[in-house]
Amino acid sequence: MSDFFSSFWSIYITVVSLVSIIGCAALLWLQSSAKHLPGQTTGHVWDETLEEFSNPLPNWWRWLFYFTVIFSLFYLAMYPGLGSFKGQYGWTSVGQYDKEINKTEEQYGPIFQKYLKQDIRTVAMNPEAKEMGQRLFLTYCSQCHGSDARGAKGFPNLADKDWLYGGTPEDIKTSITQGRMGVMPAKGVKPDLSGEDIKDIANYVRSLSGMAADSIRVHRGKPLFGSACAACHGAEGQGNMGVAPNLADNIWLYGRSENAIIETITQGRMNQMPAFGDFLGEAKGHLLTAYVYGLSQGGFNESEKAE
Amino acid sequence: MAQSPALYNYQVVRQFTVMTVIWGVVGMLVGVIIAAQLVWPELNVNEYLSYGRLRPLHTNAVIFAFGGCALFATSYFVVQRTSHVSLFAPRLAAFTFWGWQLVIVLAAITLPMGMTQAKEYAELEWPIDILITLVWVSYAIVFFGTIAKRKVSHIYVANWFYGAFILAVALLHLVNSAAIPVSLFPMKSYSAYAGVQDAMVQWWYGHNAVGFFLTAGFLGMMYYFVPKQAERPVYSYRLSVVHFWALIFTYMWAGPHHLHYTALPDWTQSLGMVFSLILLAPSWGGMINGIMTLSGAWHKLRDDPILKFLITSLSFYGMSTFEGPMMSIKTVNALSHYTDWTIGHVHSGALGWVAMISIGSVYYLLPRLYGKTQMHSMKAVEMHFWISTIGIVLYIASMWIAGVMQGLMWRATNADGTLTYSFVESVKATYPFWTIRLLGGALFFSGMLLMTWNMFKTMAGGQAVDAPVLKAAVAH
Repeated sequence: MSDFFSSFWSIYITVVSLVSIIGCAALLWLQSSAKHLPGQTTGHVWDETLEEFSNPLPNWWRWLFYFTVIFSLFYLAMYPGLGSFKGQYGWTSVGQYDKEINKTEEQYGPIFQKYLKQDIRTVAMNPEAKEMGQRLFLTYCSQCHGSDARGAKGFPNLADKDWLYGGTPEDIKTSITQGRMGVMPAKGVKPDLSGEDIKDIANYVRSLSGMAADSIRVHRGKPLFGSACAACHGAEGQGNMGVAPNLADNIWLYGRSENAIIETITQGRMNQMPAFGDFLGEAKGHLLTAYVYGLSQGGFNESEKAE
Repeated sequence: MAQSPALYNYQVVRQFTVMTVIWGVVGMLVGVIIAAQLVWPELNVNEYLSYGRLRPLHTNAVIFAFGGCALFATSYFVVQRTSHVSLFAPRLAAFTFWGWQLVIVLAAITLPMGMTQAKEYAELEWPIDILITLVWVSYAIVFFGTIAKRKVSHIYVANWFYGAFILAVALLHLVNSAAIPVSLFPMKSYSAYAGVQDAMVQWWYGHNAVGFFLTAGFLGMMYYFVPKQAERPVYSYRLSVVHFWALIFTYMWAGPHHLHYTALPDWTQSLGMVFSLILLAPSWGGMINGIMTLSGAWHKLRDDPILKFLITSLSFYGMSTFEGPMMSIKTVNALSHYTDWTIGHVHSGALGWVAMISIGSVYYLLPRLYGKTQMHSMKAVEMHFWISTIGIVLYIASMWIAGVMQGLMWRATNADGTLTYSFVESVKATYPFWTIRLLGGALFFSGMLLMTWNMFKTMAGGQAVDAPVLKAAVAH
């Protein structure tokens, strides 16, 4: 594999680099052999008082300079730097990465592998697996879902029993490994909704979960909801697993205020959980699934206490 | 020779000198604000004043407004006085002043509005980039025009550095800011480069902005004001020659060390690293030449606060140019990259070297520009020195500790190979050090306020004077 289109560029880089490095040493060598008159000035005067001594280069400084030049030449003989020349050590950054990955895989792989053979429900009950799962969660998931997994606006709470895409171990594993993409189209399936219509729907939606709402608007909003929203959210707003969230409960991903709901209807929502399968590998994905599954299982804490 | 009372053009020097102090206060205030935002995130009150938009405002204000004005002021002063002629094309020089101030004001408006090229230290959008180009070409004409009409045969070493700085910055700006404009309002453009090439061009620019804007230019300053204030000849002419050529040649190669362990090809990373190491000696050459200029006059350091600023700046310069090559070594970089260590390193250069040498030089300049022999209060200068020094030490030390701690926390693993700390834990652990950094920055900023007071007091008691041009007879 080469970074160059033709060998010309490799040679070009090699020649220019070597000439430059050796040129530094040559400049130093030529200049240090110039004549010096220590303690005397060069005889030039600027701005009344500015003069320069004709002192030689400090020796320690000269040798420091030579040393960096020699080290550089040695380094470029050992490591890649001169065009496509690979260096004596044959080091590459990709090679180093692969080596480290393989080493850690060898060292830590079995620790994770052991849980892969077990059922997720079983793994979720294992306190040691829970600790490992939590560490994975803190590294890979907490940035969005929070370190306590309770989520934030736009990022679902994973510690409750409400699921957008299903809470079985299989569903959770699919969410983690393959990711999810959620889209709510602006104004549902009725793009001609007016601002007033939207406000009516928002009030109706709030009434579904028993929140305060303008009764006239609720009355007007109900048929509008039927034509614009019910196709996905269901006639009673009870939702549709994997398609549209339940609007009749107390869980709100983007906020429950009238304004927040109006914003959701007016602009629509788009959200994505990235796929982690390839990145985590099977064993870590399995362990993480068990941890997330365990978060919503009441029995889990008891088993922990029992220990 | 005619007996006409030719005068040096101090007008533009005065303007830039005063604005150096003003922009220093503004830029450092923004720095203090964003340091406080890291400690108290609630201070991000709205998008215009959020950390992400104020941070480039801070860097642009301190580098190009404060540092830039200091370089314009001192280079115009030095090139006239060491060429023994007044400034070439004075109206063009006046344009560089007003043009540069306009660039700064436009930066202060557009950056909080979120208009940015998203290239570090080159955030300003294309219309401002064009204005910068016009100002910079004018600057080059004024500077090299003055050199061309000089009355002394040799060009003084300070002018080599100023000249290299002006030429290199022109080249860097033109290449890195090359972009395809999309719209004038909001200002928007797309880089002429893509992917890893874009990254490489950016850091070729970024590191040379450090090398030429923040190093070569200020070395020019050093070569005039240190021997002047110490009243001693420069330590070694030969050292000037070697470190000048080695420095300007080697800096051009060092950029890739900003992209270690990225998609940048291995060979490019290696070359960036070795040239960064070679850069150590040429950088130290400047420090040695400056500090050794004081040999035989060390006692002056005891009671001359201006000299304290100048010599301390050289010590910080030496320290950060040692730290830089060390951090460019791949294995060290693997720990230091993306941590606050980098921020500490940058500020040991920016506060310790760039700001301190500028402050010392401005304290030298101001009385001379206003017909006085010294600043209104030398006690305030002395106090400014100590406040700044303590501020820098707090800043750098806290960022060192924070950086190394972050680097170690990020790589720590448990017995099962999982990470010991989540990212947010390293953020939490950094809070105390961000608080110390804020204190250090606030101290440095308060020193600038003291300087502003001293400046206006000095100006109030004096009047603008232009010194007569020196007769060329002194030159051999």
